[in-house]
Amino acid sequence: MEEINALFHGFTVALTPFNLMLMFVGIILGVIIGVLPGLGGANGVAILLPLTFSMPPTSAIIMLSCIYWGALFGGAITSILFNIPGEPWSVATTFDGYPMAQQGRAGEALTGAFTSSFVGALVAVLMFTFLAPLIANFALQFGPPEFFAVYLLTFCSFVGTGKGNPFKIVASMMLGFAMAAVGIDIVTGQLRLTFGFTELLSGFHFLVAVIGLFGIGEILLSMEEGLSFSGHGARINPTIVLQTWAKLPRYWATSIRSCLIGCWMGIIPGGATPASFMSYGVARQMSREGAKFGTGQLEGVVAPETAAHAAGTSALLPMITLGIPGSPTAAVLLGGLMIWGLQPGPLLFVEQKDFVWGLIASMYLGNIAGLIVVLTMVPLFAAILRVPFPIIAPVIVVICAIGAYTVKNNMLDVWMMVVFGVVGYAFRKLDYPLAPMVLALVLGDSAESSFRQSMLIAQGDLRVFFSNWLVGSLTGLALVALFWPLLSAGITRLRAALAAGPG
Amino acid sequence: MRIQRSVIASAALLAVALAGPAAAWEPTKSVEFIIPAGTGGGADQMARFTQGVVAKHNLMKQSVVPINKSGGAGAEGFLDVKASKGDNHKIIITLSNLFTTPLATGVPFNWKDLTPVAMLALDNFVLWVPADTPFMSPKDYLEAVKKAGPNKFKMGGTGSKQEDQIITVAIEKAYGTKFIYVPFKGGGEVATQLVGKHVDSTVNNPIEAVAHWRSGKLRALCVFDGNRMPYKDKVTATMAWNDIPTCKEGGIPMEYTMLRGIFMPSGVSPDVVTFYVDLFKKVRGTAEWTKLMQDGAFNQTFMSGKEYVDWVARAENIHRELMRDAGFLAVKK
Amino acid sequence: MADNHGSARASARTVVIDLVVAVLVFALGAIVGYDSYRLGASWGSDGPQAGYFPFYIGLLICICGAVVFVQSFVRLGTDRKVFVTAGQFKQVLVILLPSAVYVFGVWLIGIYVSSLLFITLFMSFAGHYGWLRSAAVGLAVSLSAFVMFELWFKIPLPKGPVERLLGF
Repeated sequence: MEEINALFHGFTVALTPFNLMLMFVGIILGVIIGVLPGLGGANGVAILLPLTFSMPPTSAIIMLSCIYWGALFGGAITSILFNIPGEPWSVATTFDGYPMAQQGRAGEALTGAFTSSFVGALVAVLMFTFLAPLIANFALQFGPPEFFAVYLLTFCSFVGTGKGNPFKIVASMMLGFAMAAVGIDIVTGQLRLTFGFTELLSGFHFLVAVIGLFGIGEILLSMEEGLSFSGHGARINPTIVLQTWAKLPRYWATSIRSCLIGCWMGIIPGGATPASFMSYGVARQMSREGAKFGTGQLEGVVAPETAAHAAGTSALLPMITLGIPGSPTAAVLLGGLMIWGLQPGPLLFVEQKDFVWGLIASMYLGNIAGLIVVLTMVPLFAAILRVPFPIIAPVIVVICAIGAYTVKNNMLDVWMMVVFGVVGYAFRKLDYPLAPMVLALVLGDSAESSFRQSMLIAQGDLRVFFSNWLVGSLTGLALVALFWPLLSAGITRLRAALAAGPG
Repeated sequence: MRIQRSVIASAALLAVALAGPAAAWEPTKSVEFIIPAGTGGGADQMARFTQGVVAKHNLMKQSVVPINKSGGAGAEGFLDVKASKGDNHKIIITLSNLFTTPLATGVPFNWKDLTPVAMLALDNFVLWVPADTPFMSPKDYLEAVKKAGPNKFKMGGTGSKQEDQIITVAIEKAYGTKFIYVPFKGGGEVATQLVGKHVDSTVNNPIEAVAHWRSGKLRALCVFDGNRMPYKDKVTATMAWNDIPTCKEGGIPMEYTMLRGIFMPSGVSPDVVTFYVDLFKKVRGTAEWTKLMQDGAFNQTFMSGKEYVDWVARAENIHRELMRDAGFLAVKK
Repeated sequence: MADNHGSARASARTVVIDLVVAVLVFALGAIVGYDSYRLGASWGSDGPQAGYFPFYIGLLICICGAVVFVQSFVRLGTDRKVFVTAGQFKQVLVILLPSAVYVFGVWLIGIYVSSLLFITLFMSFAGHYGWLRSAAVGLAVSLSAFVMFELWFKIPLPKGPVERLLGF
């Protein structure tokens, strides 16, 4: 096959000692960037981009994409250990990952997260290798109505099953939407909800809210128990990786589903963060253990991590073939391509074979290298939890503060982080769920602008959301997901009635 | 509606040859390079490109550190520089949002709060349509738009009340018709939406749409500069940038280019400004820069000193007029 | 979960806090709704205006706040569940107040010196570690942050007079 030959050629390009070294350097830098909240993959790549000017483009993209893989891996680490998502796409990982760590199963959660990240990436790269030309143009089908339908689907699949006081759930989600609306309105260019404060111009950044709500809020909660509280009884267990691997095959269905969701969301391009939420939501609804999600289920770590990494990887496909970035990091890489004198687009595959196949080969190698690096560090990471709380607490606050600042280089964000910390503490104790708020904050803006773009295009006609098979089926799917609990209850009752009927 | 003076491409080389001896002042720590736009956009690329070139050719002893402050359509970045009065180690790259953001939102800043350093280049705007439409010239297209009636054809663009929409409104005025203007977040997204035919036309910058042009998906109808773009190397199989007519030739009496310029905080000494002017002259002298200009079909006008200040003042007036005509000015409270 | 049998005098009841938060939520909703109404909250000829969605978001927030208020008010006399005891709250303040002071310090004298002081003081006062050990941890964190951000990644964090003295 032509692709196989090209791929082997790519391996010969990527497998020089110099490139291999860059690969490991990239992965390690990426993991560090991923661990530090606030400093995302996009910043990391942007910061190191100028350093790559004196390299050949292929080496440069190998190093930069490895930073990206590293960040994708690394985001899970602080989510699981401290409830602080290092990256936006690892928010969903905290839902089950952190409870696992509290139960002394940090090693298991980390191994599960890393391994499923790798699986997600591998599937995405395989797709990249063999189907790239076929699916490249798929992204072109997506106009504003289709994007809105995707965001709607993400919401519906995530919130379809909510427990607790429905008014508190709605309040929490609406507060998230309200925060997302602060700042400049993209459709009309008007300032919204800024009340004349120039500090509010840039709105609330999702990461600042998350660092406060989850990270600082968690520290406040932990402090209630006093400073005697130390570690989570984590034992250093060198065989934990193998033990976890023995458990993982049982979640094959979730894995496949998450890979599909991830790849699809990466290509559209919808992004890794919505992919992780959607995947978590779908897994919760489909899994037999769904009701236990949020209490420390390994499956609840597998689902978002697989999807996030699959989406993150396949996000490079529309970038290379069409020149549209599937994620903020891809946007920066795209800038890099142009700076190196390469034009992304349909011709890149023809004109720059070495570059494209070198990159694809480096995706295989980079992810393998990444997996090896992070797995060997699992016992080390788990051991961090043994550090006594009076030491780790102020250090976490410092890391959170740095993280909140680096998101936008803005001092106000550090204050906001403390406020969000108090809000997170109070909301947790009052049973206001935080996840809907975070999801609304991260998607609210895009969802609203794609809705209003659709309305502009259709001149206010709501039927646009059913105007072709693609958008129609997405919207339909979203509605099904929203009413799934009702539907499934109905089906169960119907079955029961049918079974009882003849008797 | 003249916004800029046309200058031949070789001005860059000339400018380098004329670059004088090193100025007395030099940075003593790393220089913050504020980008009032998000990562991955045109301004961001140019700033990071500058950082790389400065480091590679060792043009300065200290390093350049790009920082994105994109909030509020760039207002965040401008307000930061405005507040850093007398800071010798801070520069900012501007887009048209230097003019449009304060006019459209009423956020309190103005280029007069900053010290103009130099114009790096002017970015062009090209009217694009999908390649499989029958429109061969801007006239064909706009006649069809006019014939279809108002609010039938969709123009995609970046942001609201910014350069893309200003151009759109100017076209509407000139032709007495109305587009549905659909704002998107970034230029790359706009180009893709056009290829996917979710909109009917765009006024993308050359660098945002060139890949689709080369692959035969898009057709360039005209460029909104006063003169044709000077680049004669073939970009597609049959066309060079130079083969694209100006919109004036095509019957749209509209000229618009976007400033890619450098400013500093106010209250800095002339020595400091001279240093940065020289620095950017050196940057423009590199082979990498020439290649970037060519790939993005930029208008390579370079200005500094009074000439630049005058240009900026004129550009501000033109933006105010255009935006007043379009009804985009912020309501004064 | 909070202790259900805690003494009511030395603690805050969940239902009271619920009331207070409901009022705050309602107020936030009202602010959001008001500002959106000012922007224009109707459905224009080509779709919703800038304030359309935020207006209804604000409205929903108000409704939810009101309902939660009523729900809590009904339970005000009966529900004795404890939100936080005085002792627990004191513990929370042990980290919350120093953190707030720390953030103020970041603004005042830069992040590196503040981090050093914050970690050192917290460890020695709250954690009863020796001065030397506390200072060592503080210094290590602060220095590694400095190396990583200022030197390695070239991301300038807030700095103060001390850094300026050293030429940064």
